[in-house]
Amino acid sequence: METSYILAGIAVMALTTYLIRVLPMVIFRKKITNVWVRSFLYYVPYAVLAAMTFPAVFSSTGSTAGAIAGCVVAVVLALFDKGLLTVAVCAAAAAFVVQIL
Amino acid sequence: MKKQEFLQGIKDGMPICLGYFSVSMAFGLSVVLAGMPLWSAVLTSLTNVTSAGQFAGVNLMLEHAPFVEIFMTTIIINMRYFLMSLSVSQKVSSKMTMGQRLLVSFGITDEIFAVSMQRKGELSAIYMFGLILMPVIGWTFGTLTGAVATSFMPKALSDAMGIALYGMFIAIIMPDARKQKSVLYTIIMAVAASYAFTYLPVLNKVSSGWVIIIITIAVSAVAATLFPIKVEEEEE
Repeated sequence: METSYILAGIAVMALTTYLIRVLPMVIFRKKITNVWVRSFLYYVPYAVLAAMTFPAVFSSTGSTAGAIAGCVVAVVLALFDKGLLTVAVCAAAAAFVVQIL
Repeated sequence: MKKQEFLQGIKDGMPICLGYFSVSMAFGLSVVLAGMPLWSAVLTSLTNVTSAGQFAGVNLMLEHAPFVEIFMTTIIINMRYFLMSLSVSQKVSSKMTMGQRLLVSFGITDEIFAVSMQRKGELSAIYMFGLILMPVIGWTFGTLTGAVATSFMPKALSDAMGIALYGMFIAIIMPDARKQKSVLYTIIMAVAASYAFTYLPVLNKVSSGWVIIIITIAVSAVAATLFPIKVEEEEE
């Protein structure tokens, strides 16, 4: 991947994110009370992360069997409220073990 | 007084810093394993200081997506900061200068927002600087640590680590799905739609960046209509 593309991509992400954060601070003074808009924004992270994860997760490692094992481990640990790093590392460990079996 | 405010900010930011360190380690690790250079992972963390937003952005870059897709996806995913920044703007000291506002805006993340909202009274610029400093350092150095760790890894292990990023996503959404039915339904709808865009004819021709945007807007709109959130329920 070319360095110029990466630099420009990071710049697009950083500037866009900064604009979103800075605009309300310098322009708006009133609080949004519209329940629908607040609710919409509340659900955004869940919708976006779920859509990005499935079905892509099943082709994320060397073997589908390993990916399925990793995914199952991740879901179970996440349901038990384990931290992000724990879930990520254990999912990878499960995928690794199944892959070398 | 000023020094005390700053130190209080640092103190309040420490737990966030530690949490960020471990999460961004996973980010640094997965980005480098996915084929991006080490410096790009660190630079992304330092300049973005977001979780889902920068994960998605890097994912798109790996597919060599056009900038307009990266731009749109970043807006959609990070739109919630708009609301948070809006709330912070109501709580900051009236003495805060424009320059200070520009600086503080950079550090509005989910967790920093949450902590600043819990603080009694007005937010001074000096307190916010203290609060933001440690998390940004933790986020950046965690990324570096994770990225460096990859070079000590055997191939079979790094293959398996490809799932790490998705493991993190799962860790973010699942706990809330268990606690809140509406979140669970939101996730189910998004996953169903994502499968449709992957396997159904015509739909599978849409590029992945747009797929994420379309699904996010449609599913969040449906969820907001079916399950409106009362203000008290909102964790942030």
